[in-house]
Amino acid sequence: MIGNDVDVRVLPLRADEDVVRMRQAVRECLVSVGFSLIDQTKMITAASELGRNTLRYGGGGEAHIQKVNDGSRRGVMLSFIDQGPGIADVELALTDGYTTGNGMGLGLSGARRLADEFELTTAPGAGTTVRIAKWKLF
Amino acid sequence: MERIPILKMGSLLLVTIQVDMHDRLAMTLQDDLTSRIVKDRAKGVLIDISALDLVDSFIGRMINNIAAMAKILDADTVLVGMQPAVAITLVELGLTLEGVKTALNVDRGMKMLGLGGLS
Repeated sequence: MIGNDVDVRVLPLRADEDVVRMRQAVRECLVSVGFSLIDQTKMITAASELGRNTLRYGGGGEAHIQKVNDGSRRGVMLSFIDQGPGIADVELALTDGYTTGNGMGLGLSGARRLADEFELTTAPGAGTTVRIAKWKLF
Repeated sequence: MERIPILKMGSLLLVTIQVDMHDRLAMTLQDDLTSRIVKDRAKGVLIDISALDLVDSFIGRMINNIAAMAKILDADTVLVGMQPAVAITLVELGLTLEGVKTALNVDRGMKMLGLGGLS
């Protein structure tokens, strides 16, 4: 994923309240880049899903909020990082309705649909990083 | 402990969600509402989400659960005031709200529940 390092805001995801704080921080960032309300809503919803996954399944971790710029577009990139058990079967995890908890199984697949770019890095015992990005044309 | 207030209006329970709920608060609301349906012998539940700019799968599940529990307890649930951006996002997220009627505002929601509006 292309992105220059502009500034990165790092937020902990260790408790339910952290997820709320993260959503608000993501909102602020999206607003400052000038995203429409619909794009904001989609991205914050995706962030909420991924943040929850980090907390519930990843054993806690952190969120990185970054403004990005590839020369012709501005955007926001969000990373959700944990050092948890990792995802054993990515294909399965990305299937709508699949859950190892008692959720609706829409978090990962939903986030992928709601964002413009989606990248998942994981391995059993090696933690999980999910990155999503949304772009706005200048 | 923080709680979302539940108002009783005749045989109707009205909940207006005005805060950015964290998961625990949503779970508490789900439990509180279910208890109140029994305690107040409610026939209808109105959930006003006009102030919510976000409904994710957890909140969606909470709404579905409330509607399902209400149904078992012989009450109907109406979801009121969903913001357009939220509706669009829910469709893309792939979340379906089950057993929940929707209405534009509280007044229409009450009429839907056959409990008359205030006008």
